[in-house]
Order: sequence, then C-alpha cells, then structure tokens
Amino acid sequence: MNAAGIRQKIAFTILGLITLLVVAPIVLIIYYVISRGWSAMSWEFLTAAPRNGMKEGGIFPAIVGTVLLIVGTMLFSLPVGILSAVYLVEYAKDNLFTRLIKLSVVNLSGIPSIVYGLFGFTLFVVFLGFGTSILAGSLTLAIMSLPVIITATKEALEAVPMTYREISLSLGATRWQTVRYCVLPYAIPGILTGTVLSLSRAAGETAPILFTVAAFYLPRLPRSVFDQVMALPYHLYVISTQVPNMPAKLSFATGLVLIGLVCLMNLVSIVLRAHYRKKKQW
Amino acid sequence: MFRKINERIIETAIRVSGFAVIAFVILIFLFLLKDSLSLFRVYPLKAFLTSTQWLPISEPPTFGIIPLLMGSILVMVGAIVICVPIGVATALFIAEVAPGYLKMILKSLVEILASIPSVVLGFIGIVWLGPFLKTTLHLNTGMCGLTGAILLAFMALPTIISISEDAIIGIPRSYKEAAYGLGATRWQTMWRIVLPAASSGIIAAVMLGIGRVIGETMVVMMVTGNAPIIPHSILQPLRTLTATIAGEMGETVGGSDHYYALFAVGLVLFVITFMLNFVADISLRKSRK
Repeated sequence: MNAAGIRQKIAFTILGLITLLVVAPIVLIIYYVISRGWSAMSWEFLTAAPRNGMKEGGIFPAIVGTVLLIVGTMLFSLPVGILSAVYLVEYAKDNLFTRLIKLSVVNLSGIPSIVYGLFGFTLFVVFLGFGTSILAGSLTLAIMSLPVIITATKEALEAVPMTYREISLSLGATRWQTVRYCVLPYAIPGILTGTVLSLSRAAGETAPILFTVAAFYLPRLPRSVFDQVMALPYHLYVISTQVPNMPAKLSFATGLVLIGLVCLMNLVSIVLRAHYRKKKQW
Repeated sequence: MFRKINERIIETAIRVSGFAVIAFVILIFLFLLKDSLSLFRVYPLKAFLTSTQWLPISEPPTFGIIPLLMGSILVMVGAIVICVPIGVATALFIAEVAPGYLKMILKSLVEILASIPSVVLGFIGIVWLGPFLKTTLHLNTGMCGLTGAILLAFMALPTIISISEDAIIGIPRSYKEAAYGLGATRWQTMWRIVLPAASSGIIAAVMLGIGRVIGETMVVMMVTGNAPIIPHSILQPLRTLTATIAGEMGETVGGSDHYYALFAVGLVLFVITFMLNFVADISLRKSRK
C-alpha cells in the first residue's frame, strides 16, 4: 500500500473512533437511566401522587400536567403554524413581507427557551392576567414550537408536485379549494411528522414553564385551564436539585418516564412517516 | 355566495397567521425592551454593561452583566472547542465513510440524542459527570464550567452533525469525480475538496451550535455551580446569563429593580441569538447556492 493509502486508512480509523466517542455516551446514558430507574418503576409510581416531601409515592400529577401541556400547545400552535406555512408556500409573493416572515421564523427558532419563559411570564401571566396557569404555559410553549411546525409544513407543501395545483386551478377551482383538496391531503404526513417532533421537544422543555405554569408540589389534578400543574421535566429538576436526601432511584425513574414519553412521541412520528411514505404515489 | 364568504374568512386567517409570526418576534422584543427600560430609568445603562459585579440583593445593588457574560462566553467557548471538531468529523464519517446500514444506526442515535430533554442531561451531570470530573481532575467541586461545557458540547452535537452532514452531501458530485479522476484518494478528496467546499454550511452549523449553547438553561443552572463572579478558569464554578434569569426570577418581587434587571439580561440574550441566527442564515443561503 502506498503512503496516501496508508494515510487514508489512518484518517478513516480516526474518524470512526471519534464517531464512536459521540455515540457511545448516548447508549451509555440511556442504559444508565434505564438500569437505575427500572427498580423504582411500578404501577403505583405511575398512578399515585408524590408523598412525604416527594420522597415517596408516584409522579401521576406530573405526567397529567405534561400531557395537558402537550395538548394545549398543539391546540394553539398547530392552526397558526400550518396556516402560516400555507401562506408562505401557496399565497406569498416574493416581497418584503414574505422575507420578513421567513426571517422571523429563523429568529423564533433561535431564541433561547428561557427568553420564551420571560416573555410568556410578562405577556400571558402578568399583562393578560392569566396567572401562572396551564393556559399561559401552553401559549408560551406553542410560540416556541411554531418554527419547527412551520418549517416542516413548508417542506411538506413544497414537495407536492406543481402539476396538482395547475390541474385543479385549470378546472376552475379557487385557490383555497386547490389548497384544501389537492395540496393539503398530500402534505399531511410531513406535517404530522414535524408536529409530533416539535411537541416532543416542548414536552421535555423546562425553562419556558418555570414561571408560566410549573408547580413545585401540587398533589392534585388541575380543575381548569387557569390552574397550575406539575410537569415531568420541572419535577425532575426539583427533585434532583431542591430536595435533600432524595432517593436517587426515584429521580432516575422520573427521568426514565420523561425519556420514554419523548421517545414514544418520536417513534410515533417515525411510524407515521414510514406508513405514509409507502402510500405515496408520485 | 356562502362559499365565497367562507373562502374570504379562511384566506384572511391564513394572512393573519403569516403576520402573527412577525408579530411574535416583535412582541417578544418589545416586552423585553419595555421592562429593560424600566431598569435603565433608575440604573444607568453604562453601569449595567461595564460593572464587574452582579450583586442584586446587596444595598445598594449592582447589576453588572460582565460576570454573567464572561460565564456564558467561557462555557460556550469550552463547548464549541469540544464539539466542533468532533461534530464535523462525525458528519464526515456518516456522510462519506460509513456503509448504508451503519449510517442509518448512527443517524438514529444522533436523533435520540437530540430528543433527550436537557433536564435529564443536567441530572446526569449532577449524579455522574460532576463527581467523575471532581475525582479525576482533583477539583474542589465538580459543579464547574467544564462540566457544563462538556454537557453543552454533547447537546450541540446533533445540530452541528446534521447541518454539516447536509452541507457535505450537498456538494456537487462533479467536484469529487474531478478529484478522483486526477488520482486523489477518497481521504485526500474529503480533506482538500469536500471540507473547503462545505465550509459555509459548516460555519452555519457552528453559528447555530453557538446559539444553542448560549441559550441553554437547565444544564448550566444544574451543573455549573451558580457563582455570579468573573471566572478565571473553566474549572471554577460560574454562572451564565440564562441560569441567572432562571435561578433568580422566582425570588424577585414583581416591579423591583432586580426583576427588571433580569429582563435586561433576557434582552441581551435575545440580541446575541438574533445576530447569530442572522449570520447563520446568510451562510446557509450561500452554501445552498
């Protein structure tokens, strides 16, 4: 083998080792959380409220809180996200307004989550008077999820062939009818994938809910959208930093439930994508 | 007739949604600005930007952003130094070296990493990485800048890997074929042709990675020790801009100077990430051409 060949072999080996350095910790972390958390996992842990300063009992209120927040986030972010992507792809002309929207999407995706938390607090909690509530938290998370939903929807709409629109328009359908019957149905898989992905991110976020919804300890279920709730990520933060002598296995089990929930949502999005890709006909 | 009205309503909703996206960015900026200005009416802007002390509850209080900014920058530089070479190397391996099945496995693992909530990584930092670094490096405490930098590097990897990989894959085949035709090996082609050609995409990846790292809150709040002093080394406890907001917001009284000072810190964060994303967007556009 010549010198260049040997150098290539060395370089590829180094690249491979570096890649191993990246993926090995991922596997290790998942294994570590599962192995340490599994022993505390039980039906009671999933369905009971925390007791004795959160050192015993379960995490049911936190699970319910997180699920409610996911639903609330979806209710607000899905319509606005999809409609603004429809605007960008189907209606917008290439003018200043359109460029501003695109720039805004880019910037929304870069704003730190804690800044969303501050904004949500001053606008929804204080200015609009919603108080620390599910409503304020969902709205905050919804604005944070918008860029991912818009980008995914935009890509899905752009992937629908131009001919679909041309045929529909040539038959005398209006622009909205074209979008509604000839474009959106084919873009749904991509939209769903992006939505579920963005919601799984929202489910794991802590910083935006710190001051907008999360309750330190609230062992009952919320009665209205103006109630506070516990949430899984915040609960993990609280028990791993604020509660002295917390049994570690409960923290690990909480982390395991959180990772499990997020991975489950990702899995749903992957399955949806695969399912619709098989049915795709163009 | 009814259909026409219906259509009008829908089209208005579509336009309003498009407008709402712009409105959110402006609203976020305005609300941060409004509360920041309340601070600067009683506390000079110059002192906020130049004072080297952050003592919000002493009498009189000092709100100097320098220690927090230094904390953020130190952790950010540490994280970027770790994750950029590693991330670009991994992207090269996934895009150019790994066979098909391995590529799939590696990409899904990176996606799993992207979906692990930051609070879980912070928890791992508390129970494992912090104590580990403390004993191996003989530190006074494991809750220091380095622990945060390593975890943040890990968190920024998915961003850096996937955007660099896109940039590498997007290079026209003819570039590589020309190099092969001249007798270059695959590695020579990757090193001399592929990497330089993908550079603007990689720069965008680094910018977005920096944005991710600067904005991350939970990990740094949990593992960097929360000491709002100017750090002299990455092995000391420190505190970032984000952790200051998250940690102190709950203890302030609404409408106090301290409360407004935290919004001013938020405004600084907003401006930093706005600029980073702007630059990243420009280099992404350049790389797609």
